[in-house]
Amino acid sequence: MAQLLDERDFGVLTSSMSLLVALVSNNHEAYWSCLPKCVKVLEKLARNQDVPQEYTYYGIPSPWLQVKTMRALQYFPTIEDPNTRRSLFDVLQRILMGTDVVKNVNKNNASHAVLFEALALVMHLDAEKEMMSQCVALLGKFIAVREPNIRYLGLENMTRMLMVTDVQDIIKRHQAQIITSLKDPDISIRRRALDLLYGMCDVSNAKDIVEEILQYLSSADFAMREELSLKAAILAEKFAPDLSWYVDVILQLIDKAGDFVSDDIWFRVVQFVTNNEDLQTYAALKAREYVDKPAIHETMVKLSAYILGEYSHLLARRPGCSPKEIFSILHEKFPTVSTSTIPILLSTYAKILMHTQPPDPELQNQIWAVFGKFESCIDAEIQQRAVEYRALSRKGAALVDILAEMPKFPERQSALIKKAEDSEADTAEQSAIKLRAAQQQTSNALVVTDQRPANGTPPVGQLSLVKLPSVSNADQNTAEQGETQSNGALTIMDPQPPSSAPSADLLGDLLGPLAIEGLPGAAAQPEPNLVSGLEGGSNAADALAIAPVEEQSNIVQPLGNIAERFHALCLKDSGVLYEDPYIQIGIKAEWRAQHGRLILFLGNKNIAPLLSVQSLILPPSHLKIELSLVPETIPPRAQVQCPLEVINLRPSRDVAVLDFSYKFGTHVVNPKLRLPAVLNKFLQPIQVSPEEFFPQWRSLSGPPLKLQEVVRGVRPMPLVEMANLFNSLRLTVCPGLDPNPNNMVASTTFYSESTRAMLCLIRIETDPADRTQLRMTVASGDPALTFELKEFIKEQLVSIPVPSRAPAPVSPPAQPVSPPTATSDPGDILAGLL
Amino acid sequence: MGIRFILMVNKQGQTRLAQYYEYLTLEERRALEGEIVRKCLARNEQQCSFVEHRNYKIVYRRYASLFFLVGVDNEENELAILEFIHLLVETMDRHFGNVCELDIMFHLEKAHFMLEEMVMNGCIVETSKANILSPIQLMDKAS
Repeated sequence: MAQLLDERDFGVLTSSMSLLVALVSNNHEAYWSCLPKCVKVLEKLARNQDVPQEYTYYGIPSPWLQVKTMRALQYFPTIEDPNTRRSLFDVLQRILMGTDVVKNVNKNNASHAVLFEALALVMHLDAEKEMMSQCVALLGKFIAVREPNIRYLGLENMTRMLMVTDVQDIIKRHQAQIITSLKDPDISIRRRALDLLYGMCDVSNAKDIVEEILQYLSSADFAMREELSLKAAILAEKFAPDLSWYVDVILQLIDKAGDFVSDDIWFRVVQFVTNNEDLQTYAALKAREYVDKPAIHETMVKLSAYILGEYSHLLARRPGCSPKEIFSILHEKFPTVSTSTIPILLSTYAKILMHTQPPDPELQNQIWAVFGKFESCIDAEIQQRAVEYRALSRKGAALVDILAEMPKFPERQSALIKKAEDSEADTAEQSAIKLRAAQQQTSNALVVTDQRPANGTPPVGQLSLVKLPSVSNADQNTAEQGETQSNGALTIMDPQPPSSAPSADLLGDLLGPLAIEGLPGAAAQPEPNLVSGLEGGSNAADALAIAPVEEQSNIVQPLGNIAERFHALCLKDSGVLYEDPYIQIGIKAEWRAQHGRLILFLGNKNIAPLLSVQSLILPPSHLKIELSLVPETIPPRAQVQCPLEVINLRPSRDVAVLDFSYKFGTHVVNPKLRLPAVLNKFLQPIQVSPEEFFPQWRSLSGPPLKLQEVVRGVRPMPLVEMANLFNSLRLTVCPGLDPNPNNMVASTTFYSESTRAMLCLIRIETDPADRTQLRMTVASGDPALTFELKEFIKEQLVSIPVPSRAPAPVSPPAQPVSPPTATSDPGDILAGLL
Repeated sequence: MGIRFILMVNKQGQTRLAQYYEYLTLEERRALEGEIVRKCLARNEQQCSFVEHRNYKIVYRRYASLFFLVGVDNEENELAILEFIHLLVETMDRHFGNVCELDIMFHLEKAHFMLEEMVMNGCIVETSKANILSPIQLMDKAS
């Protein structure tokens, strides 16, 4: 391939470049050698050196070849060689500075084509801050230009920029211009402007942007309305400064563009209202206001009916809100609605009836009349409801229990976001930008999704254009399934093994770290004594406080026993390392020979961000540990993943300590946690046959390679249990190697940089009469290893902490040495019963 | 990859030339052409030359009575395609001399030859007019 790029003829070169682009988009590793060639080609073109007349287009040397070359360069993640990098930057700089607006349309277009591709390349390289700011300045100029093409491209590239870098503040300066573009006569520009606004929305400007969108919605054409309403709903949900504003926005949305508001949207509102008690009165009031209007959309009727049914009793004292009035107002709408709404209205009437205790006879008769009318309705659902409600309502006071208020909803991933993700992209060529974004492993907050996706929804057609800031690794790591008791006591967590995330579909899924903005209003309380418990999976998409709040003592106590957790993690590879009311630190580890990869999951359980987060590793001398960058702030309800690489250098029992500190409100918490990168993690179980074992055993004759010790103070346990324990520590028990049934032989391979793969052999001789002592012989090819391993096993046997029950699922089917209970020795039998 | 299809459509909506680089059945093609042409023809001079349709973009340009439409992936550089359309027109102009719609109708195969020299499997491969036209000129000489 590299040879093909040496071609002099530009026609052939253009074709080879096309080939290169297709190849590199799939696998850039193999084509590193082509990188400097590409840069040379680009240089040649940019300097206009020996470009034949034929390939010069209005004075620009083969713009298509330039564009293709830059596209190819975008697939390489970085450029190692400083010389190449410098020359590339020179070229790019020249392009950025040198492109001017000229009279000739074609020349203009061609030079700008090259310019925009150069912009994309600069964004991808993301190395020089200066160049980036130049780019943004240029783009800012472009979106205000008269020429519509340039405006369009300016907006599009700005949206792309959001994906790759964080230039949000600079882009916000142009917000006014972008909002003007939203009202541009050209629909393509309007679409781009909407995408850009959607992408650049965050807590500070969310209100303005959503309000603009809503305003625009009334005058928008039908093609756009659906997209507009969905985007407005998502933005409102993500960035709502407070929930009542959110409810307002959605109600407005339904009012203005009811046809385009899917059911998911109002289901979501209902979820929020149900889960937040303070919101209920407000929502009911607003619903009441909207119902007063003469002509309202059916979705509005549904929503209002539901809310009023559930919560109108909260309004009962206010003027115009007595149950009778509410019933009459809703009943006015009755003739106008379709069959799908009637069941909801019937339920609402039943609930209203229930709330009026003692029952008002006139109201009761009216409602019963309605029920009566529908008792013979054709639609089965309606008929059933009418009959049942009528029968139930005759029960009188008992009705209150039957029609009790709806319980809170568990948190679920927003169905809206899922819809936004459903794009129809089926591009064969993978975009360089999407690829890069997918591989980006920056310390961005990652969405933690619940394992139950929302009920399936039909994809919305026009949403293929949604481009969201994306790192598409949504990790399904809900380590907890909490159960909050209704009085708000703190939860009891059952650790669940995290399921590995399906790596998101590159082409379809553009969704990544949703900026998880909590409620700055609610969170800005000076005393950090309001803590929300975890409910269901901690779902970052439902960033708004759905969980109940409860009191918390001022000292930050860790939940659970840290030592116990550490010991559990020494045997298991994943679980929670540390937890307190504000943060949960989980670990997931993978071990291969002497390398280990741990991922620390730092989960913020709160609605306020955790600040000044610092984690230092104090490594012992025998481990080389690399911790990637931990962010200084963890956004609310977010989980940050920090990978850790560990390399085992020498055998040792020392433990690495993670010095973790963070600030919550005025509290500084600084737990020091032992990392479960312990000796047994670097062991690989291996079964040896007698032919392999005995020669090895004999060749390792004595100290220091073979050490023998009588260990006392052993925790008494039957041999079966000891075998299980060994297996869980990755020491494979080899049956049949020792004829004596009271003895046990195990083998394992230890990996480290110094010893490489080293076979270790262990023999345990127990005394059935006295289970508190045994004789242990350990042999391996490295004296330090023998010693450390011996001490390690001793530690495990002598002072085994609480989780000493051999974790049966972890170990391979334990092959117990012929069960001691088979012998007739009474001591054995007794020991076996222990 | 890159270019999905190239169409030349007149103001009345009749397709004069269609080259597809991905497989679509005849029905689908007709439907597609109908939709896109309706969208593009309705636009005026002040609006930009890019239209979004489903999951790809249409870059179009109007030359007298003929519309040139190119459907591309979302990631493609739009201005480059716009200029490519112009290059195509210039090439045909050089060959036919003041090309017009009738030339394309009567010499459809030549138009296709030219296009096939320039674009292969959706990628632009040749941009030099001399190289593109030389096989066609050879053919003309030989016949």
